[in-house]
Amino acid sequence: MPSVNLLFPEAASTIAGRVDTLYFFLLGLTAFFSLLIAGLIVRYAIKYRRRSPNEIGAKLPTNYTLEIAWTVIPLAITMVIFVWGAQIFFAMSRPPDETLNIYVVGKQWMWKFQHLDGQREINELHVPVDRDVKLIATSEDVIHDFFVPAFRVKLDVIPGRYVAIWFRPTKPGRYRIFCAEYCGTRHSGMTGDVIVMDPTDYQTWLSGGATQQTLSEAGQQLFSDLACNTCHRSDLKGRGPVLEGVFGSAVTLQSGEKVVADEAYIRESILNPAAKITAGYQPIMPTFQGQVSEEQLLALVEYVKSLHPPNTGEKAAQ
Amino acid sequence: MSAMPHAPAMPAHHYLNDNYGIKSWLLTRDHKRIALLYLAGVTFFFFVGGAMAVLIRLELATPAGDLVSDETYNKLFTMHGVMMVFFFLIPAIPSVLGNFLVPIMIGAKDLAFPKLNLASWYIYMIGGLFTLYSLVAGGVDTGWTFYTPFSTVSSNTNVVSTALGVFITGFSSILTGLNFIVTMHKMRAPGMTWFRMPLFLWSTYATSLINVLGTPVIAITVLLVAAERIFHFGFFDPRVGGDPVLFQHLFWFYSHPAVYIMILPAMGVVSELVAAGCRKAIFGYKFVAFASLAIAVLGFLVWGHHMFVAGESVYAAMIFSILSFLVAIPSAVKVFNWTATMYRGSVSWETPMLYAYGFIGLFTIGGLTGLFLAAIAVDVHVTDTYFIIAHFHYIMVGGTIMGYLGGLHYWWPKISGRLYNEALAKLSAGIIFIGFNLTFFPQFILGYLGMPRRYHAYPPDFQVLNVLSSAGASILGVGYLIPMIYLMWSLRYGRSAGANPWGAVGLEWTTTSPPPTENFDVVPQVTWEPYDYPALKEAEHRLV
Repeated sequence: MPSVNLLFPEAASTIAGRVDTLYFFLLGLTAFFSLLIAGLIVRYAIKYRRRSPNEIGAKLPTNYTLEIAWTVIPLAITMVIFVWGAQIFFAMSRPPDETLNIYVVGKQWMWKFQHLDGQREINELHVPVDRDVKLIATSEDVIHDFFVPAFRVKLDVIPGRYVAIWFRPTKPGRYRIFCAEYCGTRHSGMTGDVIVMDPTDYQTWLSGGATQQTLSEAGQQLFSDLACNTCHRSDLKGRGPVLEGVFGSAVTLQSGEKVVADEAYIRESILNPAAKITAGYQPIMPTFQGQVSEEQLLALVEYVKSLHPPNTGEKAAQ
Repeated sequence: MSAMPHAPAMPAHHYLNDNYGIKSWLLTRDHKRIALLYLAGVTFFFFVGGAMAVLIRLELATPAGDLVSDETYNKLFTMHGVMMVFFFLIPAIPSVLGNFLVPIMIGAKDLAFPKLNLASWYIYMIGGLFTLYSLVAGGVDTGWTFYTPFSTVSSNTNVVSTALGVFITGFSSILTGLNFIVTMHKMRAPGMTWFRMPLFLWSTYATSLINVLGTPVIAITVLLVAAERIFHFGFFDPRVGGDPVLFQHLFWFYSHPAVYIMILPAMGVVSELVAAGCRKAIFGYKFVAFASLAIAVLGFLVWGHHMFVAGESVYAAMIFSILSFLVAIPSAVKVFNWTATMYRGSVSWETPMLYAYGFIGLFTIGGLTGLFLAAIAVDVHVTDTYFIIAHFHYIMVGGTIMGYLGGLHYWWPKISGRLYNEALAKLSAGIIFIGFNLTFFPQFILGYLGMPRRYHAYPPDFQVLNVLSSAGASILGVGYLIPMIYLMWSLRYGRSAGANPWGAVGLEWTTTSPPPTENFDVVPQVTWEPYDYPALKEAEHRLV
């Protein structure tokens, strides 16, 4: 059972405390102004209550000082909240350079997780405590939303796109995952748990799946099963572009435009190869739309990410 | 009520006894009768939507999804939203109170296009009944937001017919908005300058602008959804290069301004209630008037705040965040001005004013919790949770429905010529206020705890707050039924009200209750400023 609190959610990520601080500030502000308005209404309703049937109110001139004051003061307060909220959001949206990457696929009505070491999970996600974890997510069908209240993170998982969030868990434990974007009949059953573990427990858990292929090994096998390697060769003799070192680089297209080869670009190049043709190559690659699942796509993406130019001698760090 | 030495007689001729028979109602071109046709329509759809809310709250009284199936639950909250938003909240105040009051408040005989006005009602009813047909013929399960690609490729319910119902009703909004704008420009009585207009008209004008400019966008959007379902065009389908998030942009480009279509008229009503309830000019009349227009304009620029977690760029999110904070300012200005109006007023404790107090208090909470949602980092946590549900029900139910009911009580003597039972009215206002807060306040806490919206079943630790909310809903339901009873009762048994039972200023109180078909026996000449209570008192003295 996830830990339970009836009035306030557990805070179990580095960002949670920052969100809560702003939340409490806003609560204080709301309480202050609500009580101010309610207090004035009650006070005036009693003090100036109608005492005779024909009584009328006083005629007062426009008070520009007051009008300006209650325009400018709220404006100033809201701008403070804006900057505060935007700053935290900026931190939420910018993952650190070194993260533990895990792929997520949402589908009606389950969450599938794919670790780089090869472990696959459904509706349970094991992560180590005190590590920056980045989730790269997509959906097989409709829009879902990955929401972990204890981490104060939420992200729409959109078909056809890769989206990412990151968090750094601070406490070992079990925390709920909800799907927060309505996705059909069993939407409320699309839940799961994040299990945050001590590093040693996490290592034990990881080695439990040691016999499996890593994700990029699975991708490599798929790469040859689908005969991608007949055209995408590392020796410059293939009919398709060399993929070693392509990930993260700027690719020049036929139009002269340059795009950065990220996960979404590789996904698109597999499903819709004609969309962006690398300069110097012919649009001869067939589409793989409908032939590879989102999870296989992720394996292929991970394999392409692991391909480094041979002369640098670098190996996939992860 | 002001103390009345003896009940005044009902006028001999008025719009209600001008003609009899079903035809005289269904073919009427009198804006007042059309207002009553709308009153019947919106009340019917309100109770249809309300019945679904009852079933939703009953289901949520226990954590397990045990009362209805998940499919049924999804259809219930969808139809609750569709009915309440498109067939109650959007038309309620403009079409009932606006229709009745716009011509009278400017001293005109009718709206500029009386036949078009009747046509609007028929379009509204056809759209509503069409949507109701979708409901009884199997329902629809997309949520009132119709998000793609769920609505286009996944749902196998009556999406097309529901979308068509919404599409049809949109024309009613557009035509009514157009009618009001033209009427206010062209038909004001001699001396009724723009700045002598009651604030209800300013906010009705601002609402009409949004109706005319915004409604075509939702019409096109739901048409695209229907077309995509039937012809598989792929506008929103990523598999053929479409973008599901495009739908959200189009949808919220209308549906955020639509929030202001729902709340601005209520703000206008509250301005009238506070002025009459304090027998005093609204503090900062021009600031309140221009705040309505500012809200209408800024309301078109904030739609992206519904999509902070939908893959929007960080910088787009910041732009939409800052604009959303800006729209809070004119709302705050209104709240401060209403409150300041009470200062040195002659403050009434009658039913309409009780609703005004309720509105100001609940709208303040609703508005301030909007700041949580405009602050992007907090929004990330609470969006799509019960916090959102609580927030917009404070605005829509605590705001719009409080304003609507307050207005209905305030102008009921004018509409019907009769007084309702004040004690029962006060009692039900109190029940509604308590029931409302008990229903929706716990939902703020549930939302921050992380309970997502549109959940048929939920973890057991959320139960206590859900039970509170369901208990509140049952109280709220009773509160809404009581006015139905005593208002109907007053039609036959209520004392006659006389022209001006509240001792209020405004052209509508200078004509008989109920007014004659042509509203005024002679065209009024306006020589006074809005809410000029000292002038009214002088005039009374002269009469004495």
